[in-house]
Amino acid sequence: MSALLEVRGVSKEFPVGGVLSGKTIKAVNETSFTIGENGPEIFTIIGESGSGKTTLARMILGLEHPSAGEISFEGKPVTHASGQERLAFMAKVQPVFQNPFEAFNPLKRVDRYLASTAKRFLKLRGKVEIDAAMDGALQKVGLSLTEVRGRFPHELSGGQLQRVAIARALIPNPPLLIADEPVSMVDASLRMAIVNLLRQLRDEMGVSVIYITHDLATAYYISDRLIIMQRGNVVEMGPARAVLDAPEHPYSRLLKASVLSDADAGHGRLQPAADLLLLSDRTIGQMGRLVDRPDGRKVLQYG
Amino acid sequence: MADILTVERLKAYYLMNYYGVQREVRAVDDITMSIGKNEVYGIAGESSSGKTSFIKVLAAAIRPPLRVVEGSATYHFKTGDVDVAHATPEQVEEIRWRSLSYIMQGSMSVLNPLRKVGRIFEDFAARPLGLSGSAFRQRVIGHLDRLKLDPRVLNSYPHELSGGMRQRVTIGLATVCNPEFVIADEPTTALDVVVQKDVLGLIKDLQKQQGSSIVFVTHDMAVHANIADRVGIIYAGRLVEEAPTRTLFTAPRHPYTAHLVASLPRIGDTTQRPALDGRPPNLANPPSGCRFHPRCPLVIDKCKTDVPPLELVGPGQRSACWRWRDVEPLVKPAAALEAAL
Repeated sequence: MSALLEVRGVSKEFPVGGVLSGKTIKAVNETSFTIGENGPEIFTIIGESGSGKTTLARMILGLEHPSAGEISFEGKPVTHASGQERLAFMAKVQPVFQNPFEAFNPLKRVDRYLASTAKRFLKLRGKVEIDAAMDGALQKVGLSLTEVRGRFPHELSGGQLQRVAIARALIPNPPLLIADEPVSMVDASLRMAIVNLLRQLRDEMGVSVIYITHDLATAYYISDRLIIMQRGNVVEMGPARAVLDAPEHPYSRLLKASVLSDADAGHGRLQPAADLLLLSDRTIGQMGRLVDRPDGRKVLQYG
Repeated sequence: MADILTVERLKAYYLMNYYGVQREVRAVDDITMSIGKNEVYGIAGESSSGKTSFIKVLAAAIRPPLRVVEGSATYHFKTGDVDVAHATPEQVEEIRWRSLSYIMQGSMSVLNPLRKVGRIFEDFAARPLGLSGSAFRQRVIGHLDRLKLDPRVLNSYPHELSGGMRQRVTIGLATVCNPEFVIADEPTTALDVVVQKDVLGLIKDLQKQQGSSIVFVTHDMAVHANIADRVGIIYAGRLVEEAPTRTLFTAPRHPYTAHLVASLPRIGDTTQRPALDGRPPNLANPPSGCRFHPRCPLVIDKCKTDVPPLELVGPGQRSACWRWRDVEPLVKPAAALEAAL
């Protein structure tokens, strides 16, 4: 099976300072990976703020152009010449954003978004057909059109709204969803509902998901493969369980050491991993290359 | 252990009257609890559960339409007892920052972007401390040192600092007057994992050094597991369970708590986690009886009509559930926890 999405040596530089300063900052540095070679999967991009994970997602969506390298979806580059091609691409790669309360206009009814997506990508015109498409997508996320019709965003809870956002993305039946921190704004009790939903989409509907997060625990829970990014560089990538069970790169180890667990509830151990912090700080800005490991992962090595 | 805060039968409602239509939102409904000296008390609950309204009362920031309908929230400070639910503005002014302080959530919106950090410290703390000039500066620098911040931050604007440093500055502002009681409202929610752990450690260290008590509010149970001594769970304006942290995580006695604990994913564990269906109730029109009953897996007829009292179910553990004896943890406790049992 050929890859759904292929990212080859992609970099993105942003100018910093004045126009004439000539300085740039590398948000993403020569990143390569493929998604969906072996069927639908959940591919996780882990990183802190400033690691370039959102820039990478924006480039995959075609909202930013890479400074170098190439991204192709189903064999075609995502930077499109014509509007027609762009529209066809958008129907196949759909985003879900971080904060559902900001993703919806508070003055518009939420079903309007669903309807306009159905009109635009499925080219539906009849009311009955549009309703059927909306209801179908809402059923997939455990809601129904009767629950949602005519509601304003404030009338729905955060978890419901995020599910409506996912339903909207599912209307054109895309093979790939890009979910940028879909649970970080959702309450803990509803977080699992969203995460389980992503899992269900992969297993039952064959949708691949790029799951962008800084939460290692949910990443471990749902993802098949992942990459860990530090300041624009991929420092470790590979099968999710293997990497997170025993991370190798100092930065990955630091991230894992910083995860708060309930394992010693009540005996809070909050000492920062100072040695790892120092080690991972040293790696910033160093040149390295990804080296293959026998368990299928790749680790950035220096010198 | 002596208590620093005693809350008794506190009811705080939003009373609104628009165009003759009266609405009543029971955001805090009959909460009774106390917090000991030197204790970190965690409050967990989802958004719109009333935890912020409860915190507003505790912080003596009761503004209409929020009104205290019944009950009291009394602090036992060294300077004397103050019931913040019925305190006069002068009384509140007297304790604010000196005895009772507040760490706020968004560090970017707390710090005035147009003033340097040093000036912000003056705005906040010069008057309560009663110091000025170099004495004040020395005090602030000494405090920044405890927060592992360089005195140079005083000459920086907030945007020049990283998110973690800004959050430390906010913590510094809240603790520079050595308050006896600190309210921390989601202080680490917007931070990255590495910084979050660091900031939590800092809050805990500072609490130990200053011997203060903290009310720590967040919906993230993993944070509670690591920082709180006791945790109280708020659901739809009511305290539904309260227990020492370890007990709460190993033997919850309320179905909602059991669910919250179970919904924590762990590294090294991929078993399917249950998700809670339904949505938090509308506080303007809450369900009858136990407010959790429409979402509860253990619901019986009694739950729909009678409100369960918050009763003692174990050492230091209180639960408001008719069927607390039947509540089982939904997932196996983590291996480390199990070994200790």
